[in-house]
Amino acid sequence: MLSLAAVSAGYGTFRALFDVSLEVPQGEAVGVIGPNGAGKTTLMRVISGLVPLRGGAMTFEGRAVGGLPAHRMVEQGIAHVPENRRLFPRLTVEDNLRIGAFIPQARAHFAEQLDRVYALFPRLKDRREQFAGTLSGGEQQMCAIGRALMSRPRLLLMDEPSAGLAPLVVEQVFELVRRIRADGLTVLIVEQNVQQVLDVVDRAYLLEVGSIKLAGTSAELKGNDFIRKSYMGL
Amino acid sequence: MDIYLLEAVINGVLFGGVLALLALGLNLIFGVIDVVWIAYADLVMCGMYVIYWLHVEFGWPLPLACALALVAVAGLGVLVHVLIIAPILGSPPINQLLATGGLLFFLQSFATLLFGTEFRNLGIRLPIIELADIYISTARLLAFAMALAGAVALYFFLRRTFIGTAIRAIAQDRDIVGLMGIDQRRIYIVTSAIGGALAGLAACLLALQYDVHPFIGNTFGPLIFIICVLGGLGDMIGGFAAAFIMAQIISIGGYYSSTELSYVFAFVFFIVLMFVRPRGVLVR
Repeated sequence: MLSLAAVSAGYGTFRALFDVSLEVPQGEAVGVIGPNGAGKTTLMRVISGLVPLRGGAMTFEGRAVGGLPAHRMVEQGIAHVPENRRLFPRLTVEDNLRIGAFIPQARAHFAEQLDRVYALFPRLKDRREQFAGTLSGGEQQMCAIGRALMSRPRLLLMDEPSAGLAPLVVEQVFELVRRIRADGLTVLIVEQNVQQVLDVVDRAYLLEVGSIKLAGTSAELKGNDFIRKSYMGL
Repeated sequence: MDIYLLEAVINGVLFGGVLALLALGLNLIFGVIDVVWIAYADLVMCGMYVIYWLHVEFGWPLPLACALALVAVAGLGVLVHVLIIAPILGSPPINQLLATGGLLFFLQSFATLLFGTEFRNLGIRLPIIELADIYISTARLLAFAMALAGAVALYFFLRRTFIGTAIRAIAQDRDIVGLMGIDQRRIYIVTSAIGGALAGLAACLLALQYDVHPFIGNTFGPLIFIICVLGGLGDMIGGFAAAFIMAQIISIGGYYSSTELSYVFAFVFFIVLMFVRPRGVLVR
């Protein structure tokens, strides 16, 4: 569904990604793990068009999408739940969700999709008139995921959805990822929480200093000595 | 209460309406695009000339002339953005300030060149209403009602539409809106058109009360600017409230002394408040 071939990218003279190749097949959940500063967030931002491609190629559902600006990527069917959620703090929960449905093809289905998101996150419905900035961390993550779902994407990018959340809430967030997958959505998820993300995804890539170091099914990676030692503390 | 004082208070409220409308426009543009249009009041002047020429020289009916002026100034707002603001969006704020300041001199000089410095008026005198010994000008009453209607329309546009919600969102986090499928450049153009349209509406309302001349913008420009700063730049509700505060100071001050001195009171009040509440009257 999404395919990256030898993608490189960076900021100014700094190169953050070197020849990254990656496949996300339709209907699967794929994880990207790695330490802080490995380029995981840059990778997500390249896919969603926030950071321009410097080299390589990117295709989505067979179309070349490398170099499209972010607002065009949403129209292609890719939604991005950004790092630190980035809700609009002084907009209500419902306005945040409304913004998610900005693109014309989503606007036409706004009411119906809003019902679906509220069914998935009943807590958001209770707090629909509240400013998003007043929500708890877990609720904010729900709102950010809901906002992304409002554009009716076929691929959902999630950047560190568990960051800054209490362990119990992290558990809930991963449970949500399972439910979203069960709905048939393809998911690409970036996480530092290696143990838990490998329980959710089908396959994963290890990104270190801007390059893919390892790739495999989650079972393979869970059994890999290097991963167990360096990332799971086993 | 003294009946003349009451009249001054009522006139202050009516005057505040148009100022509030212009403060909304300037704050909207600042909040969304992060640029101060120093020449904002001169867009109003352009609109007043459009009305004057269409109505007096070409004999168009006034409502039609006003409608076209509103559209023309909205278009001028878009032009200002595309030709002047967009190319320097990434420049330091002082450059942007100088560029829109340059536009002010350009528009004033251009109007002088085209129309000369003479004062022109529409030749329309709306009746004065007398209500229990208080005299109220219909033109002011109409201006107040229309300004309020414009503000309410803007409120519902910002609250209820997808584009309006996007405009409020972009003012809070401009880097992330692309992820929602929003093209920043398009929102900036829509915002500039709305800002222009508000100036155009103000032109319609002021043309009924004031003569047009190339420097009419100077009567309101500095005032609107300090109103916006007083309310907290970019804070639309604060600016709206500050417009009525300033209008009262000018109106009541004018009643106790003279109109000229009342502007001195207004600016002194502004300077004092800048020391006491530098981030705006309503900021807690």
